[in-house]
Amino acid sequence: MRSVRGFARRHPVWTAVLLVLAAVLLWMIFAVWPKWLIGLIGKKKVFLNAFFNGITLGGLYFLVASGFTLIFGLMRNVNLAHGSLYMLGGYIGYQVASVTGFWLLAFPVAFIIVGILGMLLQLFVFRRMEGEDLRQTLVTIGISIVLADLMLWGFGGDFYNIQAPDWLNGPLTTFFVTAVKSSGDPVYMKYPMVRVVIFLASVVVGVGIWLLLNRTRIGMLVRAGVDDRDMLSATGAPIQLVFLGVFGFGAGLAGLAGVVGGTFQSIAPGEDIRFLLASLVVVIVGGMGSIPGAAVGALLIGLAEQLGSVYAPTYSVVLTFLIMVLVLAFRPQGLMGRA
Amino acid sequence: METLAPPRVLDGQQRSWLERIPVAYWVLGILLLIMPAVAGDFILFQVFGWTFILGMIALSLMFLAGYGGMVSLVQMTIAGCAGYMVAIFGVSAIENISLGWPWYLSVPLALIIAVLFGTLAGWLAVRTEGIYTIMITLAIASAFFYFTRQNYVIFNGFSGFNGVLPPQLFGVDWRQPVAFYYLTLFWGALAYGVVLYLSRAPFGLVLQGIRDNPRRMAALGYNVVAHRVAAYAFSALLAAVGGILLTWQSAQISPGTAGIGPVIDILVIAVIGGMRHPIGPFIGAFIYVLLKTFALDALVSVGLSGERFQLLIGVGFLVIVFWSPDGILGLWEKWQRAKNRDPLLDRTGEGP
Repeated sequence: MRSVRGFARRHPVWTAVLLVLAAVLLWMIFAVWPKWLIGLIGKKKVFLNAFFNGITLGGLYFLVASGFTLIFGLMRNVNLAHGSLYMLGGYIGYQVASVTGFWLLAFPVAFIIVGILGMLLQLFVFRRMEGEDLRQTLVTIGISIVLADLMLWGFGGDFYNIQAPDWLNGPLTTFFVTAVKSSGDPVYMKYPMVRVVIFLASVVVGVGIWLLLNRTRIGMLVRAGVDDRDMLSATGAPIQLVFLGVFGFGAGLAGLAGVVGGTFQSIAPGEDIRFLLASLVVVIVGGMGSIPGAAVGALLIGLAEQLGSVYAPTYSVVLTFLIMVLVLAFRPQGLMGRA
Repeated sequence: METLAPPRVLDGQQRSWLERIPVAYWVLGILLLIMPAVAGDFILFQVFGWTFILGMIALSLMFLAGYGGMVSLVQMTIAGCAGYMVAIFGVSAIENISLGWPWYLSVPLALIIAVLFGTLAGWLAVRTEGIYTIMITLAIASAFFYFTRQNYVIFNGFSGFNGVLPPQLFGVDWRQPVAFYYLTLFWGALAYGVVLYLSRAPFGLVLQGIRDNPRRMAALGYNVVAHRVAAYAFSALLAAVGGILLTWQSAQISPGTAGIGPVIDILVIAVIGGMRHPIGPFIGAFIYVLLKTFALDALVSVGLSGERFQLLIGVGFLVIVFWSPDGILGLWEKWQRAKNRDPLLDRTGEGP
């Protein structure tokens, strides 16, 4: 909270702008829209749907990008195979869910298998070229090419969709009023249950990571490593173990996100690049190595993508890109990054 | 990376420039010039033409990465941008979009726009360093890919443009295999020569200085950002020429031409060849094209499906990055050093 107050003191104008924007947004979500606004940008239902789709997509992006940013922050390793790990998690989740029939079982299995793969990569590949950032990045490109082709070999070019269990199917009636009937009854918005649950899960994961990083001894080691890797290893901390753990955890998160993505979207060749790109942009916008930055960036990008695809279909990608360019031009270290 | 060998001042004063060209260049030059006499049309057009084109685009990356220390993944995108501009301003089968201007307008305009695009991308990218540059240029490249795929008004969306042919200049059909071979050979050799020249010119030396120690160069009074952006602009020109030739070769341009796969392929080519000398990208491109052209038959003959080409490329790339970060050129240097090693003294060199 202190940083928020500090921000308000340092940038009073920006704080005011942000507050006004937040107020407008809250009004748009909760108020019943007047006629002129509907005439201007269409029905409230469309807006609310796009808005919540954006937030849930942001939740998925956060799951993918948090592992990416964690690995980058500690090891300076731009893991360009992160998208492949995501896709692998999706395929594993599909196999587990369709063989055993337990959707929930897919999550730990994907997390563990992909996490172990990440640990093996760190142990046998990246450890051998420590400190050579560029070479590590090139190796991750090679790994992503190989993994993508192996997965294409194993699973073919079909779309896979992980079936969510029955209790997650169907809509959830929310308390947001989209319109008022002529009889005076309010019309409440309906929203897919599975998306709500998945978003809540990503919030839980995010809070969990934050607690792990800020309230535990391991988190302390990781944060110290992010700040000054050499000094941490000089104090005798088992830095290689920390690296191994963080790489495994980050990769596991990508696998977990793969199951989530496979449930409310689908898994197919090409998704790896899409999610790699998404995490790149999220991390660039939010600030490299920062978990809160990943959350803010993921929300921004998810919202921009969904709102953009509703209100400016041709240019939704450009909108995402524009956000990245603006951030780079005015705050190259990212919104939450440190200079 | 070491800097280049110092200029041989003594030699230069005694011998004319023609005599100073190493023998290897003569051999290679003559071989390439008489190639159409021995090689078939397919080899000339598909293998060599493609090699020179991909080599030029990878050369633009090698210039940035090898001399400037900036690994940019945006080079293929610049090439694609130039190709698109030729299709849009010039003649193509999509007549409701193409403006149909003559080549002497469309080609320079395409080059100018591509260089502007490259400079802008560079201006964004130089705000960051090292691995960040890779991430940002990859993001720009993907944005271009998705934009061209979604935009139907200017870029004609998913299908892009076809029927983009080179002009019939001097009464020659430049898409005939032999003519196209010489066309690409000319531009490839020119690009190679210019990069070699620039690497020893003041601009190239400053760039290498900035690569090795930007703070010291800034303290010496050089404008680091301006030199880096200028390097991006120059490399964009190389990539743009390659892109136009690539469009003419396949007679079409679509979002897939500058998709994520080809963008990564250019990096793979440059790394496999080696980034220490301008010949590296051409070697890498030759290997890549050979693999891409003949891997199908080779894979089928050992009982694997021909679709596993990407696997082959990926494993080859991993092996190279793992054991020889300087690519084929690095292997060559290692071998040379091992050959010159004195077994008794266990070191290189002739002196005591």
